[in-house]
Amino acid sequence: MTLSDLVLPAIGGVLIGTAATVLLMMNGRVAGISGIVGGLLTEQKGQRGWLGSFLGGLLLGGVAMYLVRPSAFTVEYAPSLPLAIVAGLIVGVGTQLGNGCTSGHGVCGISRFSTRSIVATITFIATGAITVALMRSLR
Amino acid sequence: MGNVTAFIAGLLFAVGLALAGMTQPAKIIGFLDFFGRWDPSLMAVMAGAIAAHVFFARRALRVERPLFAERFDLTPLRHLDARLIAGSAIFGVGWGISGLCPGPALVALVARTPTTVAFAAAMVAAIAVYRAVLGDPAAA
Repeated sequence: MTLSDLVLPAIGGVLIGTAATVLLMMNGRVAGISGIVGGLLTEQKGQRGWLGSFLGGLLLGGVAMYLVRPSAFTVEYAPSLPLAIVAGLIVGVGTQLGNGCTSGHGVCGISRFSTRSIVATITFIATGAITVALMRSLR
Repeated sequence: MGNVTAFIAGLLFAVGLALAGMTQPAKIIGFLDFFGRWDPSLMAVMAGAIAAHVFFARRALRVERPLFAERFDLTPLRHLDARLIAGSAIFGVGWGISGLCPGPALVALVARTPTTVAFAAAMVAAIAVYRAVLGDPAAA
């Protein structure tokens, strides 16, 4: 790990922050992915347009990056299939209960200096770290 | 016009996630591995994202309303509560097991990695069931 290994992550981060800014300035919305997915799954009048457009852009952006930079999708770590399903269920429930995930709390909320988001982010990094440590000791 | 800007934001968001390495679960696990070989790159991602958003969002929120919507729709929630802590704690466990959070899981669907597809399907199903049973958590 050298300093240059941090340049691309930082540039990616700036793009993420810029994307969140576009959505806030233009649409007045928070770029929280778990909230956007939830919004699309709930009947909300007049919201379907921007929600669907954002998600469409997100999926298409993935396709574009997969074409130009497939190495960005390398999977060197993967849990077993049943464990992946359990993790997905846990993430789905947790993000709804806690009103956000890495994007909504970790980027957007922290940028607005929201106490809730700062506490949420510290909490999920802490339980994530404990989980990784436990998983490693079980292997 | 609002749909176009939302689409562009989604596109840019995905490009940023992929460039940042967030679509590689091993990077996330490495970041969360404080007691092993810690990978600080996610710190750089968050720092870049927050720096950009702080810089722009503070200015953005000074205007009366967004360009293509009637108002800024930010959460009215201010207080810390057990739900926030419990939900975030639960989310962290799933994040630590898989190295995936909602955004990167959806962006990486294109690679059709079986575990990522299974994770995303389970996540969307859980969100759908949660909302069907308990309603929109933002409205609480």
